[in-house]
Amino acid sequence: MIRLLMTLLLAAVSLPALAALQIFATVPEWGALAREIGGDKVSVFVATTALQDPHRIQARPSLLAQARRAELVVATGADLEAGWLPLVIHDSGNANIQPGRPGYFEAARYVTLRDVPAVLDRAQGDVHAAGNPHFQLDPRNLLTIGKALFARLGELDPLNAQAYLDAYQAFAGKWQAAIARWEKEAAPLRGMPVLAHHDSFVYLAHWLDFKVTGTLEPKPGIEPTSGQLSTLVARQQSAPARMVLRTAYQSDGASLWIVAKAGIPAVLLPFTVGGTPEAGDLYGLFDDTVRRLLQGLQ
Amino acid sequence: MLHKPFVVAALLAVSGTAQAANDADLAAIRSQIDEMKKSYEQRIAALEQKLAQAEAESKDKAPSPASEKPVASDSGQRTTLAASAAFNPEVSLILQGQYAQMKDVPDRTITGFWPAGGHDHDGGKGVSTRGFSLNHTELIFSGGIDPYWRGQAILAVQDESVEVEEAWFQSLAIGHGVGLRGGRFRSGIGYLNEQHPHQWDFANAPLMYTALFGQEASFRDDGLQLKWLAPTPVFLEFGSEIGRGANFPGSDTNKNGAGAWAAYAHVGDDVGASNSWRAGISYLKTSSGDREADFVDTAGLQAQGLFTGDTATWLADFVWKWAPDGNPKYQSFKLQGEYFMRKDKGDLTCMDEIGVGNACATPLTGDYDTRQSGWYAQGVFQFTPEWRAGLRYDQLDSGRQNLGVNAANLVVNDYRPKRATAMVDYSWGEFSRLRLQYAQDKSMSGITDNQWIVQYIMSLGAHGAHKF
Repeated sequence: MIRLLMTLLLAAVSLPALAALQIFATVPEWGALAREIGGDKVSVFVATTALQDPHRIQARPSLLAQARRAELVVATGADLEAGWLPLVIHDSGNANIQPGRPGYFEAARYVTLRDVPAVLDRAQGDVHAAGNPHFQLDPRNLLTIGKALFARLGELDPLNAQAYLDAYQAFAGKWQAAIARWEKEAAPLRGMPVLAHHDSFVYLAHWLDFKVTGTLEPKPGIEPTSGQLSTLVARQQSAPARMVLRTAYQSDGASLWIVAKAGIPAVLLPFTVGGTPEAGDLYGLFDDTVRRLLQGLQ
Repeated sequence: MLHKPFVVAALLAVSGTAQAANDADLAAIRSQIDEMKKSYEQRIAALEQKLAQAEAESKDKAPSPASEKPVASDSGQRTTLAASAAFNPEVSLILQGQYAQMKDVPDRTITGFWPAGGHDHDGGKGVSTRGFSLNHTELIFSGGIDPYWRGQAILAVQDESVEVEEAWFQSLAIGHGVGLRGGRFRSGIGYLNEQHPHQWDFANAPLMYTALFGQEASFRDDGLQLKWLAPTPVFLEFGSEIGRGANFPGSDTNKNGAGAWAAYAHVGDDVGASNSWRAGISYLKTSSGDREADFVDTAGLQAQGLFTGDTATWLADFVWKWAPDGNPKYQSFKLQGEYFMRKDKGDLTCMDEIGVGNACATPLTGDYDTRQSGWYAQGVFQFTPEWRAGLRYDQLDSGRQNLGVNAANLVVNDYRPKRATAMVDYSWGEFSRLRLQYAQDKSMSGITDNQWIVQYIMSLGAHGAHKF
């Protein structure tokens, strides 16, 4: 009896030490990165899936409940989550995850954003003042973000700081090798002109040196219109694009219309972890992205 | 050196009417400005050249594999984010207006329910305005105050008046799931109560909210709100409020202490990736001193009633949202319903304020106690990114209305107001919406009003997040 009580007491005392650091990741890519670096020292909740438009998430009650218990929020920033995350954080009653506190991590702070608008005007569509927020598709960004993330994890959980450093170093080594491999594989894509549904692939195109020559959305966040699609098809005569790209959460209708009229293939890219069955983790995300792009080229 | 022209210009502006500058001075200023222009142009040209060079260099590097350094390094080079770098609060403006076609009913009330506007008739303004009209124009400011607090103010602008709809501060640093709010705010009771008209799925509020809180269709109060979010995987929230209680069903009473208090609990969760829901139960207690409304006496003459007593309101609410894979961009469905039960208990004084010679020429005070209820249910289906359609049904029950001795003098209407509404709306993007709505309104005894409303809702600026 006494032994049982002692065991229970010990368990109760050691529980906080054993408890994993609770991470709230807004999108799957940061959840996957946190798992790479945090391993079993962290417990990761991912607020959205690859099948959901990250611009259109609602502040669901379940997200509030998760944010209440989180020790670290890992967000994209650059207004990607502006429609729900500020509300979830403010209403969570959790002081540790408020912006400016160590428990709030914004990936956009560690990368250079592209397409920063010179003029802020909603006549240009749903523009992001800070720049294009889809920077997870340049794998080099994951190194800098990962570096900042392991440092932050160490700050919040000093006991495991060494483990986070080791995990990051292991990840960075493997990741750099993988980047070299992807770049080699993707060499045929260089200079290739493509169309995209939304400005989702700006960083991917910059990294692999292909060109997004047009978007099916006339302006960011405005649904493709027949006028815009016709213009793109007409342009195929003078400046032909090789394929039309979309993410897993965008409907295929507009892409397929282009396929029918212009005879170029429509390619679905995973966009983030979980976007395709093959994109099960960060490596799978880029393996599958490069593979699908090359497939589209044939 | 650079300040000089501005100083001169400022002086000129100040002395403007007193003395006109002579031509020589003007010429000097012009040449100085030209000089400045030139020097800036040169600097900009130099910067552009540098930028072009840098771009060319990085392009040369780009194709070289593996060894390339990441785009930005962590060594203190954190990008300044334009949006969050400015100290200015987020500002947004809601433009809302409508065209309405309905019967001409001078004083719209809901039969069998105490008119929330008292006898202060709005003269055809507000939601029952016919023809073209502007709804409230809402101006919203929000931002962080310091690491411990954030604040928000919503000003509703209408002809000849600016109303402080909401103005509150909210705690950020208490932790343990505790949230404290103070100032003027929409109470957390019910589901729709916290939502502003631009968030509504129909052009007007459910009958139940109009009966409960008047034209504004929301209980607002000046006071304090304390909420606690439980540390559970399921959303479980408890809230309580105390406040002045000046708004209907309360009335402004000149006293220390609180005139109203409220308590509520909310629970919610996801069901798979596609469904999420929230349910709640709320209680609101308000007190009134001489809350006034018009009645009709047994002879058909106008009479005034003054209520002094307490009002207890119970609300139950439920909302369910569905979207394929939880992606509401292309398709979604929202089902929501609320129920209320309200009890007044106190005294009613019947009077003849205008001297029409009604049954209450000598004021008569007696018991007043009521028990009234009602509900609404609505569903809105979004079938493309742009189009949505919805149906709503409202029903109230005037229930028990015990007027004590005044039952002999005043007419008591026993009625079940009903309304059925259908709407369809089109959104160009997230910031603009046009709505067509039809309603068959039987909220007034003996009148069937077929109402058509075309409404627009546009939002400018930094539009913040909406609640679930």
